[in-house]
Amino acid sequence: MATDIIIHDEKDNVGVVVIDKIIPKQDCACWIMENDKTIKIQSEDEIQLGHKIAMVDLNEGDTILKYGHDIGKVVKSIKKGEHVHVHNVKTKKW
Amino acid sequence: MEIPKSFLGYKRENGRVGTRNHVIILPVDDISNACAEAVANNIKGTIALPHSYGRLQFGADLDLHFRTMIGTGKNPNVAAVIVIGIEPKWTKKIVDEIAKTGKPVEGFHIERTGDIGTIMKASKKAQEFAMWASEKQREECPLSDLWISVKCGESDTTSGLAANPTVGNLMDKLEPLGVHLCFGETSELTGAEKVCATRGATPEASEKFMKTWSDYNDFILKEATDDLSDSQPTAGNIAGGLTTIEEKAFGNFQKIGNCKFIDVLEPAEEPTKGKGLYFMDTSSAAAECITLQAAAGFNIHLFPTGQGNIVGNPIEPVVKLTANPLTVKGMGEHIDCDVSKILSREMTMSEAGDELIKSMIRVANGRLTCAESLGHKEFVMTKLYRSA
Repeated sequence: MATDIIIHDEKDNVGVVVIDKIIPKQDCACWIMENDKTIKIQSEDEIQLGHKIAMVDLNEGDTILKYGHDIGKVVKSIKKGEHVHVHNVKTKKW
Repeated sequence: MEIPKSFLGYKRENGRVGTRNHVIILPVDDISNACAEAVANNIKGTIALPHSYGRLQFGADLDLHFRTMIGTGKNPNVAAVIVIGIEPKWTKKIVDEIAKTGKPVEGFHIERTGDIGTIMKASKKAQEFAMWASEKQREECPLSDLWISVKCGESDTTSGLAANPTVGNLMDKLEPLGVHLCFGETSELTGAEKVCATRGATPEASEKFMKTWSDYNDFILKEATDDLSDSQPTAGNIAGGLTTIEEKAFGNFQKIGNCKFIDVLEPAEEPTKGKGLYFMDTSSAAAECITLQAAAGFNIHLFPTGQGNIVGNPIEPVVKLTANPLTVKGMGEHIDCDVSKILSREMTMSEAGDELIKSMIRVANGRLTCAESLGHKEFVMTKLYRSA
């Protein structure tokens, strides 16, 4: 089965869509680069190429992990399978 | 893949090797641009490098101006140089430093002569230089004569997933062969700065990096009027799926593979500690960063992009790669190396690294880059503060 989503690191709670787009209720195949594992997730939103999907439910204040590292904080709760971007995540820096 | 051991370059008087053979007309200051451009228009096989500064600068800002001018002239991709400034003193200072490489260089100042007289004198010398340079031949040179700088732009998540790690794979393969390598973009390491600091080859290099990053970050915080969310990440980054500066920084950081940096360079500072990877304190704006790296002596540049940055440089060829299939499809005329098959898992990272090595060596041997063929020659000086 083709890969729809790539996850950098086992610890990550988001993945990146690598096909043109995924649609709601699509069963997606995810490949974890770090350990070459494949997992599945059902999407909740339409998500475009390059955009992120939540791999787990996330609450306000939670940390987003990508590359196994902290890349920002959740400012609006996100359900597993939903689109993760500037509308629900902010930097912890500037 | 067996990595080629050599490429065809231009051997210079000081032992460095060029991937290009430019004769440049270098204006010292903004008001000498017209003269420099007129000379380049008169004499085929020369190129003018107009820019916006060079008057009434002082202190560290003036030092950086001179370092960039002199370094650009000294770069081995440049065969010979005509320097044109309004006044004799600053013109001579640049000429004298470039002359230390042994390459032909001559300066002209406009005061007391005017544009027309200066253009005539400088054109005669430029013709002599251009015809002399045209007889230079490429010779076989070891791969270690490549000084490779890197910078990413219009990044998106495909940059961090694939295009930037492709550059990292190339670094991991070529570093043992004795090349010089350079990455920069101080502000775009924000969020990944502590992880980056652990990649210093010595405690001194790590400390120097953290001090450089902190100084730049303090400056940004001092000048910022909002949370910078209109600038970092850029609208292009956000359209491509990048959400925060931290995410962008960890993607950026993939470009150095597993290499460790041996020293931290000032903007446009020439590395002096031998082969290996260097970090240079630069802005993250593409043209500014590449101009500084070229002025430090780097002779070929690798530029991974996501959404499709189109930057070029007048003296250092910029090899572009992308992993974003939409960018390949929509603006393929800007892409020298397509690694989009990494995303569909039809290409491994190591295969992508090999493809990039091949593309880079073809360009080092003389193949035009996409940016060169499209006429991109962005030469942008970094200015540290207002002039006096």
